[in-house]
Amino acid sequence: MTAVLDTDFPTPQDVREGAFGNATHLVCRECREKTPLGPFYACTECFGPLEVGYDFPSVRREQIEAGPRSIWRYAPLLPVPADIATFRSTDPGFTRLVDARNLADDLGLRQLWVKDDSGNPTHSFKDRVVAVALSAARELGLQVLACPSTGNLANAVAAAAARAGIQSVVFVPRNLERPKILASAVYDTTLIAIEGTYDDVNKLASEIAAEEEGWAFVNVNVRPYYAEGSKTLAYEIAEQLGWRLPDQIVIPVASGSQLTKIDKGLTELIKLGLVEDKPYVIFGAQATGCSPVAQAYRAGHDVVAPVRPDTIAKSLAIGNPADGPYVLDVVRRTGGLVADVDDEAVVANIQRLARTEGIFAETAGGVTVGVTAKLIDEGVLDQEAETVVINSGDGLKTLDAIADKVGPKTTIPARYEAFTDFWKDYRP
Amino acid sequence: MSATVRIPTILRNYTGGVGEVSAEGSKLSEILDSLESSHPGIRGRILDEAGALRRFVNVYIGDDDVRFIGGLDAEVSDGARISIIPAVAGG
Repeated sequence: MTAVLDTDFPTPQDVREGAFGNATHLVCRECREKTPLGPFYACTECFGPLEVGYDFPSVRREQIEAGPRSIWRYAPLLPVPADIATFRSTDPGFTRLVDARNLADDLGLRQLWVKDDSGNPTHSFKDRVVAVALSAARELGLQVLACPSTGNLANAVAAAAARAGIQSVVFVPRNLERPKILASAVYDTTLIAIEGTYDDVNKLASEIAAEEEGWAFVNVNVRPYYAEGSKTLAYEIAEQLGWRLPDQIVIPVASGSQLTKIDKGLTELIKLGLVEDKPYVIFGAQATGCSPVAQAYRAGHDVVAPVRPDTIAKSLAIGNPADGPYVLDVVRRTGGLVADVDDEAVVANIQRLARTEGIFAETAGGVTVGVTAKLIDEGVLDQEAETVVINSGDGLKTLDAIADKVGPKTTIPARYEAFTDFWKDYRP
Repeated sequence: MSATVRIPTILRNYTGGVGEVSAEGSKLSEILDSLESSHPGIRGRILDEAGALRRFVNVYIGDDDVRFIGGLDAEVSDGARISIIPAVAGG
């Protein structure tokens, strides 16, 4: 089945045939102006974001199921070459979809799944997007893999570059959680700490990307390809549910790219006839201390006014979210909304997910579960509807968030009597 | 008052490929007028038909996003460094 657009654009010069698989061009999300495939990310007409357009062939479920247990099983739906699995990458994806019955009971939901992306090679969903960006960088002849990052992306870029044997340079705010800094530095990347917020880092990266030839800033000049990696979350959820769509999904919102691409992925599955067409509702989750998209939703705006972030959910602390307007479009189109919870609720819901399901989420996961709980309390989320929440990262990277909330129940000498003295009165 | 303006790659066809130009003005709107007179057509890429900053362009005076400091009325001091940057990055 041919799904989208046309095939008028030639493959760029010096790029091999099939370098981008079934992708045929880039198209502006704002004005629909088309651009050839290349290291381009902003529309020359209106500055709007470019996204990848395809001419999909017929794709069958059996063909996907016979593929590798990684995002590369969906290669025909991504801007990557058909032989992508032969290149050295971290081979992310195909993370578990957890049947979260205890959390469902706790929240009062009939059926709840947690898509646990902490199971990726560097423990966040960012491995997905970086793997696709790395392929684009390789095919375009770019030699340095780089990014501005709130931490998880830097981990993923540094690891992917190490595995691919290429140079990486990652830029992070200086005040990042220590585990996220160390978990990048260990790959011997060039880690540059910036005195400023993520938005300051992002601005600097855009300026560098404009001047340094041969650099692939994964989330700047190859962002159209990078962003496509998040579609694999949608593909996996549908496949793991037995090739069907859930009723509602709660997704964390930082730049908003993941949410919009999950929606794009679900839409493609319907267009390709891989799942039965049915409505689904998408909800966005933010931390109150950085909730520009939730604020815009409540105000009825279709643009997002930037804010200065102040939250423990640093992986979501993007005050000027690039895809914010498109998040608003998606939630309004599907009948959802964007809501936020404060840092206290973030921590409480990290603990709730850990206590009920044995899943230790980073702060972003606390945001998502927290918003889910809040929307149930407010009667917004349909408790009878099959629900999926995304856990995008690993709690071991944000230990400080829970450091003063959990710990030993007691500390005793190594004597049996000391234990029995404690245990006889202890009530868990 | 004179300011230095950093031009993003996608607007350098208006500046003959140059990445940094100078412009005159004490407010951002005046700087853009000055840019337009030196490089005709460039203002229309930064502002929309209604004369507002386009949704996907960020302009900074020094380190400050102009949306926090008055938008097109933001004050520009002598020798300021202004950056025009596509907004669709990050995350």
